[in-house]
Amino acid sequence: MTQSYRPDTAQQVLDLMTWAVSEKTPLDLRGHATKAALGRPTNTSHALDLSGLSGIIDYAPNELVLTARAGTPVATIQAQLDEAGQMLAFEPPDLRPLLGRPDGPDDPGGTLGGLVSCNLAGPRRLSAGAARDHVLGIHGVTGRAEAIKSGGRVVKNVTGFDLSKLMTGAFGTLMALTELSVKVVPRPEKTRTILVLGTGEQAAMEVMSHAMRSPHEVSGAAFLPEPVAARSGVALVRDPGRAVVALRVEGPAPSVAWRCEALRNELGGWGPTEELHSANSAALWREVRDARLVAEPPEAQIWRLSVPPMTGAAVVRALEHNAPGALLAWQYDWAGGLVWLAVAPTPHAHAAAVRRAVDHHGGGHATLIRADRDVRAHVAVFHPQPPALAALTRRVKESFDPAGILSPGRMGEGR
Amino acid sequence: MRMPDPDANTIARRARIARDLKRIVPGEGVIVDEDQLRAYECDGLSAYRQPPLIVVLPSTTEQVSKVLRYCHENGVRIVPRGAGTSLSGGALPLADAVTLGLGKFNRILDIDLENRCVVAQPGVTNLAVTHAVQDQGFYYAPDPSSQIACSIGGNVAENAGGVHCLKYGLTTNNLLGVELVLMTGEVIRLGGKHLDAGDYDLMGVVTGSEGLLGVITEVTVRILRAPETARAVLMGFPDSESAGDTVAAIIAEGIIPAGLEMMDKPAIHAAEDFVHADYPLDVEALLICELDGPDAEVAHLIERVEAIAKRNRVQTLRVSASDEERALFWAGRKAAFPAVGRISPDYYCMDGTIPRHALPTVLHRMTEMSRQYGLRVANVFHAGDGNLHPLILFDANTPDELERAERFGADILRLCVEVGGVLTGEHGVGVEKRDLMGEMFSEIDLAQQQRMKCAFDPGQFLNPGKVFPTLHRCAELGRMHISGGTVPFPDIPRF
Repeated sequence: MTQSYRPDTAQQVLDLMTWAVSEKTPLDLRGHATKAALGRPTNTSHALDLSGLSGIIDYAPNELVLTARAGTPVATIQAQLDEAGQMLAFEPPDLRPLLGRPDGPDDPGGTLGGLVSCNLAGPRRLSAGAARDHVLGIHGVTGRAEAIKSGGRVVKNVTGFDLSKLMTGAFGTLMALTELSVKVVPRPEKTRTILVLGTGEQAAMEVMSHAMRSPHEVSGAAFLPEPVAARSGVALVRDPGRAVVALRVEGPAPSVAWRCEALRNELGGWGPTEELHSANSAALWREVRDARLVAEPPEAQIWRLSVPPMTGAAVVRALEHNAPGALLAWQYDWAGGLVWLAVAPTPHAHAAAVRRAVDHHGGGHATLIRADRDVRAHVAVFHPQPPALAALTRRVKESFDPAGILSPGRMGEGR
Repeated sequence: MRMPDPDANTIARRARIARDLKRIVPGEGVIVDEDQLRAYECDGLSAYRQPPLIVVLPSTTEQVSKVLRYCHENGVRIVPRGAGTSLSGGALPLADAVTLGLGKFNRILDIDLENRCVVAQPGVTNLAVTHAVQDQGFYYAPDPSSQIACSIGGNVAENAGGVHCLKYGLTTNNLLGVELVLMTGEVIRLGGKHLDAGDYDLMGVVTGSEGLLGVITEVTVRILRAPETARAVLMGFPDSESAGDTVAAIIAEGIIPAGLEMMDKPAIHAAEDFVHADYPLDVEALLICELDGPDAEVAHLIERVEAIAKRNRVQTLRVSASDEERALFWAGRKAAFPAVGRISPDYYCMDGTIPRHALPTVLHRMTEMSRQYGLRVANVFHAGDGNLHPLILFDANTPDELERAERFGADILRLCVEVGGVLTGEHGVGVEKRDLMGEMFSEIDLAQQQRMKCAFDPGQFLNPGKVFPTLHRCAELGRMHISGGTVPFPDIPRF
């Protein structure tokens, strides 16, 4: 039975950490625990629940900066931003359905600290960057029981090492975050999506690359193979019974209309085109963002691959060759650079085959997003590092958490 | 400026170190001649000068690796150097350190339009990256004013910005991968052509680390399709408040311009006298707002910006009708530093960032300080992102003026921090702002940053004396100061 502490203030976090260090008691860090199944399982008797540190501290839309306590619900932040016509540009995904958690209106749905700790980003990562590109400053408590800050509340800052970025994607293994400042941007006035139907996989990579090389400022580029498109809730995507390239165009209304027309003209040679307007467009990109269309069946193991965009299809082909019959479903985002794979469940999760495919096609990394606890305990969830980099990574971990009390093992053995 | 005490033992071994380095980097790659060393004695912050012990100019990653391993094993300090354009003294040599210049790493290795990236050696200039892809319709977005000379590796080390970073981000947002040589000679790769680099974001920490963590030997950056159209609006205002209100209103309306720059009266006049950009001279503040994108979008946004400016007491307003005219609008702004150089024997360029709403307060207080120190100041301002460049005018030949200018500058930076901003937006800490770090960070904050340094370079051989006001030994930083068993059980809600 895990004992959970839920401090309300940064001072309490510091007190608790001081106690944990002195007692050498490891703590599992969490917010709403919506992503608790992400990463290697930890095995601690105590949890540090940071969701009590909640509330927006400062938000002046004209400054394009929002500062909030780490446990503030992402939904609260998004509601505030929405009111001012702004958004988090990196389009945070909601992985609850994928990770088999309820996603009803009563579920808390994740905190800002959790979102940043997992460095999650959706389709707009392609054009606007990831969570790491939008974190401006952090406050928190290290595993040395010291309260520190890094960065600031302004968008342009090179004062000192950028430890804020280091916290982004550290899964709570370096620091308990207590406060974050993030960059926010205006929400586009208009959004539409162009669909190109019926292309093959390699042709889809070319269509997306062409669109990204055009001056039409595409803010999302995804490819759904035919069986995956068939699962979409958007009729224009589902009903044609064909593979779908989706290209999102955002901005002021006259600009969007013009760019959509230009894209349709330029891409018509690859296949018939369609256009999704506001509601349909938003629904499709939510499906892509949250990888909902590859989530079934629930026992399938899910991989998330970050690769050079043009190599996406080749990586999947190599995997089909390396592990025949393993692939159940897949989709591409980030113009091919983000591949979601659903594979038939095995104790090894086809890890060797997946990573060989990535390593042989220009590199990148493969993360095991969904698998049973036992599998995640034995298969490296995060892409293994070469020895010199692994040693450096360990030294970085030790510099923040020499006693190994922060979510130990979450990212791998000893960290 | 106090630098770490030179190690007499290293200086005594100079001839031997030079001989050993020549074995690693044969030919002309090792410089010991005093006249030749003088070319390396300073960077863009020329108030500080120190000839290096030796300069070594390797041309391969393997040579860099061997030089670093040799220096690591022999206890020799290293100062990495790109093009030497740092405005904060990041590449200031030390009397007992080898300056490692990356000038021979000057090739572009891969232009990959399909994946929209360029792989370059670190000595390639910022502008050369754009030149390599512009005939294909692409460009590299970060554009520091020194882009004709500054190196892409140095841009990574300093996390360089420029006028375009409001919309397109700093170097860190446009960097995909680096090859980095650690002080031990180990070569690591962070990121690549893929978007998410994965694991701890060490690339994020290396970016802007000012040569303290490793030596960058290869850089992969993303390139963008050049916008179809770019047009600029030149607006003159009767006071800085109206200009500031216009900036706030543009952002509030959801418009993110490609560039949004402000100049005050002294800067306007200096620039106009220098480049004859036809700036209005009877205004107190000038705004240049550049909008880029498809024709239809730019035309639409320009109308909206004009309307906003008119609501905010704009005095003069011109929209560029051609690329030549747009370039002319920018010519004055881009030449602002040398222009100020013409009206004063010397100038000192500051680089704080403030929350934009604090601009009137900061300008007002700066005017007061200008009177108090008896030194003129001209302001250019990346208005969109709050990055301020006050240029303090002084004459180094007048006794105590440099010292007064430095004190004035330090006061400006303290003011930036006081209003919620930071010491440096894009020029880096280097030696220049090193002793002001305590204005922004506590001892504990700085100790943790130095522990990062220790993780990369435990012997602290790389670029010592920069960024951190006091050097602590890594062993001392590594100790934990918590006594076991004496801490009471925490009184915190439990579940």
